[in-house]
Amino acid sequence: MSAPVIEVSGLAHRFKETVAVDGISFSVPAGQIFSFLGPNGAGKSTTINVLTTLLAVQQGSVKVAGFDVAEQPEEVRRSIGIVFQEETLDRDLTVWEILEFHGNLYSMPRGERRARIDEMIRLVELEKKRDVLVKHLSGGMKRRLEIARGLMTRPKVLFLDEPTLGLDPQSRIHVWDYIRQVNREGTTIFLTTHYMDEADSLSDRISIIDHGKIIASGTSRELKDALGQDIISLETGDDVNAAELLRTLPEVKDVRPGMRGFSVTITGNGAACLPPVLERLKGAGISVAAVNVKRPTLDDVFVHFTGREIRG
Amino acid sequence: MGHQYLAIYWRDMLRFVRFRALLFSSLVQPALWMAFFGIAMTSSFDRLSSLAPVPEGAIAIPYLTFMAAGVMALTTLFTTLFGGMGLLFDKLWGLMREILASPAPRSHILFGISLSGITKSFIQVIIIMAFGLLLGVQFFVGKGPAAIALSVTGILLFVAVFAIGFLLLSSTIAITMESPESMQAVMTLLSLPLFFVSNALYPAESFPPFLQAATALNPLTYLVTGIRYFAIGPDFFALGHHYVYTATDVFSAFLALAFFAAVMFSLALRTINHAVVN
Repeated sequence: MSAPVIEVSGLAHRFKETVAVDGISFSVPAGQIFSFLGPNGAGKSTTINVLTTLLAVQQGSVKVAGFDVAEQPEEVRRSIGIVFQEETLDRDLTVWEILEFHGNLYSMPRGERRARIDEMIRLVELEKKRDVLVKHLSGGMKRRLEIARGLMTRPKVLFLDEPTLGLDPQSRIHVWDYIRQVNREGTTIFLTTHYMDEADSLSDRISIIDHGKIIASGTSRELKDALGQDIISLETGDDVNAAELLRTLPEVKDVRPGMRGFSVTITGNGAACLPPVLERLKGAGISVAAVNVKRPTLDDVFVHFTGREIRG
Repeated sequence: MGHQYLAIYWRDMLRFVRFRALLFSSLVQPALWMAFFGIAMTSSFDRLSSLAPVPEGAIAIPYLTFMAAGVMALTTLFTTLFGGMGLLFDKLWGLMREILASPAPRSHILFGISLSGITKSFIQVIIIMAFGLLLGVQFFVGKGPAAIALSVTGILLFVAVFAIGFLLLSSTIAITMESPESMQAVMTLLSLPLFFVSNALYPAESFPPFLQAATALNPLTYLVTGIRYFAIGPDFFALGHHYVYTATDVFSAFLALAFFAAVMFSLALRTINHAVVN
């Protein structure tokens, strides 16, 4: 495994009385896509702000691209690209001007800057929009432009804070494609998201953060495996008694209440377990309104580790 | 030193030229001042001041000439006082994040904003001068081309150092404020005393003593002094008052403005270095 490009140890950050980040540690090897997954307010943005030098380190140590964020912020800034959560484009500049401004802000020499602008505009397929004002671009195009801007200076790490927030499904998939392409070309990606499918589809590794703490880390597969196997969701006439009843079945690993009804984690094949489960309920005279068997998703992983739905 | 401030400058000027309404109003507004206020006041002031005897050796100048220098100063004041407004919008719309997260030193934001504010003020001041001369303002009387060029340079130097002070004050307020409305309110409140407690449109010499003392603290007074010295001359008579400026007066006026600019720079730098992105 390559050397870590991000190393965080014991990072804590508070805003007055509120603890936003509560002693987290993780590292990201070079060339990976790393996702920070968690609900809004979990501490994702605070973490990304500290990692990108926008907030001072209060406690713990952070190294990005080999530089200490507290000691060498200038060097860190030179080595990273950022796509912020909210739109940070001047609506009254053109696509080309946005990139020209950014290149100048990073003191890129003229020749290199101009060549890179053309390259970036091609990468995110905005050739036809080159001289169009940002205010006339669609949401997806603006995001692509921001990604292009983040990549202008050939960063070692690209930070993406909720990169597809508010985009339509088609634009999201488009943005994912760019992220993968950029990563294939060697840029390490640090991504925060509260979309499970986004983390699942893009990431090499995922850390789930909630209430300022990392509560689980691993690959998407590892996280799902940690959960057990399949899940049967049930809605019955008497959820409380049904749950108690099923808990005694040998195949049942865990029973948890869900948004509606409850869910049963099965060790082994969920579909094969269905007949004995339904048999048992029928025997106890409990009516079944709805049944669903599914492979665990990251949503389930999240519910498992936090006890609640991410969008709740 | 890097050249990142040029990026800030470039973007600000681009926006200035791109917003036609902004460009148009900032160019036409000072001319309107001259055309309406100037001509209207001149007709009544000149009638009144013709009653005052002109001392021996002093040259009486029409009110329009007297106030043209004041309008140049006032226009510079208003333009620069609102010159930091862009920073507030950048902050509110999240655009500031890109700049704050870049390796560009934060002082460059101030340099860039100052430079663009100075450019805009220069354009305005030159327009007022040209328009004023067209209306019959008696600037640069008896001066050859070289002397005129020197005088204009002197005026622009005063405008520049004054502009820096107010642009940085405006930037400091912009970075501290949370909404354009509150910034607008603060600026309006600030501009009124600066405007009236000065020698821009009438002689401060006839003020009561406490107001005169206040005038001495107003940077606008020093800018007006500088402009009148270079545009009109060291010795003239207007509105019943005999003005005599020595080179020392003018030099100390310049130093006062430079001091003001230096104080504002350290204040603005402190503020922007502590600015945190939420």
